[in-house]
Parts: sequence; structure tokens; C-alpha cells
Amino acid sequence: MISTLIGKKIGMTQVYDAQNVLVPVTVVEAGPCAVVQVKTVETDGYNAVQLGFSQQKTKNASKAELAHAKKAGLDLAPRVLSEVRLADKSDAKLGDVVTVEAFKEGQFVDVTGVTKGKGFQGVVRRFRVAGGPASHGSMFHRRIGSVGMRQTPGRVWKNQAMPGHMGQVQRTMQNLRIVKIIADKNILLVKGAIPGANGDDVIVRTAIKGQPKSA
Amino acid sequence: MNPIIKEITAPQLKKDLPPFKVGDGVRVHTKVREGDKERIQIFTGVVIARKGHGIHETFTVRRISYGEGVERVFPVNSPNIDKIEIERESENMRARLYYLRDRQGKAAMAVKERRVEEAAKS
Repeated sequence: MISTLIGKKIGMTQVYDAQNVLVPVTVVEAGPCAVVQVKTVETDGYNAVQLGFSQQKTKNASKAELAHAKKAGLDLAPRVLSEVRLADKSDAKLGDVVTVEAFKEGQFVDVTGVTKGKGFQGVVRRFRVAGGPASHGSMFHRRIGSVGMRQTPGRVWKNQAMPGHMGQVQRTMQNLRIVKIIADKNILLVKGAIPGANGDDVIVRTAIKGQPKSA
Repeated sequence: MNPIIKEITAPQLKKDLPPFKVGDGVRVHTKVREGDKERIQIFTGVVIARKGHGIHETFTVRRISYGEGVERVFPVNSPNIDKIEIERESENMRARLYYLRDRQGKAAMAVKERRVEEAAKS
């Protein structure tokens, strides 16, 4: 059973749950994802399947992509491909389709995406360094300050907060509850925020840390 | 708004909402859960603000309770609101009546009223 889907972040909204509590949710259009390639220990040294999501126009797809899709019985090449590692050999066949039915309402999922790029940022924004006073003659506002000691250790420690590029890194939000599944539209409502801008591709999988006890 | 999000929130929006506006005196009937019993509690006051849109829309009701100003913010489309009664309609030029917070005594609830009968005549 494959319980991972590639999807698209649509945006955030709020819904009332069964207890009439207003819950913040992110709308994810997840799947349907076709199995494009099956990897096994015999052929590749490990068990995995490659899933494809969305479609690209034939004129935009490379010949290699088209031929790869054709092997799985697809007419159009998927826009996104992603591999899912499996513990055991699966009975998944080429062309099988995974949909949101792989999930249940109330279960926990992990959502992986690429965070919004913030550009080159200083230490106050990037590492929450306190910074200095704004006024009263202070000439030390948002600067980095001291980065170390003296001859001992004679170098700057690793992970010292310094300015640099912030955002646009892969991040995973763990243990987000699925509030609602709209199967006929391939839509998941996941409680809380997920990485990335609206329209970005995300990967939704069953939470690795386990499921809620009540569910 | 994204059409998919619109579709998800549309069924949760109330269709039979009374057309109350800022300044109106209202009685908000809220459902209160005590154990497994449910009863109706009424919060009476003046609407001093209405914010947001769609599922996010809220309104603030202010009243003077035992000499102390009390404000409650309700989501407009909350299923916990049984109904909203409009007690008196107002006529005012402002979108937010925050100036009422600085007032004391009789003036604290003085919002210019519109006589319903007069409005019907004209």
C-alpha cells in the first residue's frame, strides 16, 4: 500500500469541525499519482516506486520523459516525478493510480515542501538575534555583534549566526491532522500551515511518528 | 479568492443572515454546551465593528455589564450562533465605533438611532 502523494498547495482557509470549532486548514490538491516506475531489490538494490503528478504538454516534454511515461501506459508525461521508498516489495504495477483514498480523515500526515525564499537576510530576521537598542545614542542596531572569543578557541564556532540567504529550503511539517478529504476533487484539508507558496508542489505522506491514539 | 477554496467554504456560510450593520443594537443567541446539555445564552449590545469577509468575517458586540465594558467577538458564520436579532437600527458615519470605549455612563451606549417607523414612512 502506497501512502504518499504528490500534490499542489492551493491555499489556506478555515472550516468548522464536528464540535463547531473553527479550524485553520491548508487546502492541498493531492494526486492522482500514477506509478511510473517500480524498483525492486533485484533490479535496483532497494524497493521503491516512482510516482508522477500533474501533466505537461507533449511539446514541452523531452523524448526521454515521454518514453518513460509511455512505459507506464500514460499518454502525457507527468510534470513532477518523485520516488517513494518502500520497506517491502510492493504489489504495485506500472500505471497503478494512487489517490487521496490512501488517507483517512483524522489521521496524521507529514507534508514536505520548499519554503518561500526570503533573499539575503541579516541575523535579526534569519536567526532571531536580539539586535541592539534603536535609540538613546546607540550605534549598534541590527548588527551581528561578537562571533567568538580570543586566542582560545581562535576560530569561529560552527553554526554561528551570520547573515545570508534565507528560505527556499526543503522543510517537512510533521503530524498534521487531515481534517477532511474531498475524494471526487482530489482535495485534502490539512490542519495548520505547510511550507511553500500557494501553487507550489508538496509531498504528503503518512506521518512517520505514528498516528493519534483515538483514530 | 481561489475557486477551490470558495467551493469549500461556501456551504459553511449562512444564507439567512439578518442584515445587521455597525451601530445596530443586537441580541446574539449563542449555543452554550454544559456537559451534554445545550442551552441558549443571549448577549445583548451594540455592534461596534464588522471585519473580514467570507468564512473569516467577525463582528464585535459591546455592552456595559455591571458598570464594566464587555466586548465579545463572534464569527459571523459560526454554527454556535443560533440567531441574531436586531433590536434597534442606527444611523452613523463610521465603520468602527471604537470611540464608545472612551465614553462613560449614559453616553457609553448612545448611538444615533434611526426610528424604524420614520424610515418606513419616508
